[in-house]
Amino acid sequence: MAAEASQALGWWGVLLAIAAGTMRGGTPFLFVSLGECLTEKSGKINLGLEGTLLTGAMTAYAISYLTGSPWLGVLAAGIAGVGLGAIHGWLSQQFRVNDVAVGIAMIVFGSGIAFFFGKPFIQPSAPQLPTINLATDGMPPALQAALQISPLFLLGVAIAPLLSWFFRSTRWGLFIRAVGDSPDAARAMGVSIFKVRMLSVMIGSFLAGIGGASLSLYYPGVWTERISSGQGLMAVALVIFARWNPIACLWASLLFGGAQALGPALQSVGIQQGYYLFNAAPYVLTLLIMIFTCSPKRTLTGVPGALGTDS
Amino acid sequence: MNKIWFPRYSRRQVIRGLLATAAFGVTAKLGTGCTASEGGAAAGGGEGMTVGFIYVGPKDDYGYNQAHAEGAAGMVAKHSTVKLVEEANVPETTAVAESMRSMIDIDGARMLFPTSFGYFDPHILKLAEEYPDVQFFHCGGLYQEGTHPKNVGSYYGYIDEAQYIAGIVAGMTSKTGKLGFIAAKPIPQVLRNINSFSLGARSINPVVTTQVVFTGNWAEPIKEAEATNSMVDQGIDVVTCHVDSPKVVMETAEKRGIFTSGYHANQASLSPNGYLTGAEWDWTNIYAKLVEDAQTGKTLADGSIPHLLRGGLKEGFCKLSDYGAAVSEATKQAAEAAKAKFMDGSMVIYAGEIKDNQGNVVVAAGESLKQQDPKLETMDYLVEGVIGSVGS
Repeated sequence: MAAEASQALGWWGVLLAIAAGTMRGGTPFLFVSLGECLTEKSGKINLGLEGTLLTGAMTAYAISYLTGSPWLGVLAAGIAGVGLGAIHGWLSQQFRVNDVAVGIAMIVFGSGIAFFFGKPFIQPSAPQLPTINLATDGMPPALQAALQISPLFLLGVAIAPLLSWFFRSTRWGLFIRAVGDSPDAARAMGVSIFKVRMLSVMIGSFLAGIGGASLSLYYPGVWTERISSGQGLMAVALVIFARWNPIACLWASLLFGGAQALGPALQSVGIQQGYYLFNAAPYVLTLLIMIFTCSPKRTLTGVPGALGTDS
Repeated sequence: MNKIWFPRYSRRQVIRGLLATAAFGVTAKLGTGCTASEGGAAAGGGEGMTVGFIYVGPKDDYGYNQAHAEGAAGMVAKHSTVKLVEEANVPETTAVAESMRSMIDIDGARMLFPTSFGYFDPHILKLAEEYPDVQFFHCGGLYQEGTHPKNVGSYYGYIDEAQYIAGIVAGMTSKTGKLGFIAAKPIPQVLRNINSFSLGARSINPVVTTQVVFTGNWAEPIKEAEATNSMVDQGIDVVTCHVDSPKVVMETAEKRGIFTSGYHANQASLSPNGYLTGAEWDWTNIYAKLVEDAQTGKTLADGSIPHLLRGGLKEGFCKLSDYGAAVSEATKQAAEAAKAKFMDGSMVIYAGEIKDNQGNVVVAAGESLKQQDPKLETMDYLVEGVIGSVGS
């Protein structure tokens, strides 16, 4: 036992918890919001990512347990996401099918699949993803624990600018933006709207599946049926909050991840009152930012023109 | 122009509508049909009775629900004629009322065990009025003579006795003298566990403190992990909890290298190095006893089954996990001594004078509240030595 337990950190502990929380708790938000960003840029909404997150978490945990390789679990989670994404992508593009309605059906379907196949995996302990240790030996143990960073987090941080560059400066990025902003123009360019949207939804779901893997294989590192607690839906909302900008998605995810740590951390230093309020901090923060950044003079910037329309 | 107005439906739409209605009818018919044939006959007491169990979470969560599901399975093992119907993941909303209704109407259940705290008021109370010949047993609810329907009973174990002993073990093993308790909500049962755990620890070492973090709900995996991490950062080196599934708390604490004390079920396998002991439920006895009573024709309504059924270590409602490797011999002796006093009934946890953590006297000097005292079931304070607040 490492019983030479750390001395009390006091208020530094709160800051440390929030900083560590951004990296630990922000990872699933990051992957799901990047995936949704890609999907929505092509003009479709995928609310089903909540279900994809759960399926990803379950698949990753199950495969990691069965094969003993957590990275295989991550890959399988992504593939399971692609499967759900294919269903959503195909269904939501049928004539007179509403993508929000399909998305809600996919939440139920994805979580149902995850619960059904996940039953035997609630009890066993699966091998977890290795972490990258940035701390040196001289640091206090609390700091060392906070600096155990998941490679998935680093991957997510790398994907955000990459996605931003992809939208801005590549031919494929242009296709996606064109399909999302003006399907008619895209069709005139000779781009297949169906294929572009299908691929965008599938790759977005792949990312969301990996977000699920970070829940079950990194933090908190278990598979239970209530592991997501609505994070998938919140991440979908984050995309709107981030104005469909991948870099802003990164900041928003970090903010929400850190805010999750606020309530418990404040209580552990003796701030006893109002923990329900602290737990609600991310939502209050979102509302405040929405209020301060909105303007009656212009429409929402960055919103893909054809988002959620029937074209 | 006297054109007769017709609703403009095409033939296709009409056919589609008819098909849809037919399909719905068939599925609804089939859905009820196959289950109803099994039930029905099983109505009434005696042999072949149907008993329903409802859980708020999954049945294998290393926690509250697993403990009840194990109790139900143990009961069936003792009474093989009983038909067990179970439903897991039922939220504390009108969903539970629907589950109960279908268990009664379709499966023919005559005894129901809706196990989660929030099922009681208003859902069980409402259904009990509607079905006076069905017996409802609720875990933890406080039955009030006169105001609640006569066919409602409440059972609960004084698991705080086990928590008291776990507190002794934790207090003697801790090096920093700081214990952590991760709790869901400040309701009486939870507060009583926190207080007993703390009183146990302070009975050995009066300077030990217990830090409480409330997560706000029964299953909040991420907040539970964050709370555990924050506690370790604050120098806490033994952590226990009262949430639905202690798995996250135990695994996170084990990763951070501190000691753990389990709750609900045995979590030694989740925390092999740090597990000290744990307070576990033991529902098999009580479920088997209640079913036996019902089979011999006893009912809640005529008073032959008591409305309030309570018991602790002595009555076999709860037990302690086996001690972990980190528990010293001296600690084991102190714990066993306390356990012996519980077993012979001479132990009273809430014996005055006890102050709450605001400095008010909550149990006066000379007053001694036995476990059965209803005052303890309305507990709304944290005792001296607990850092935390019951207000939200």
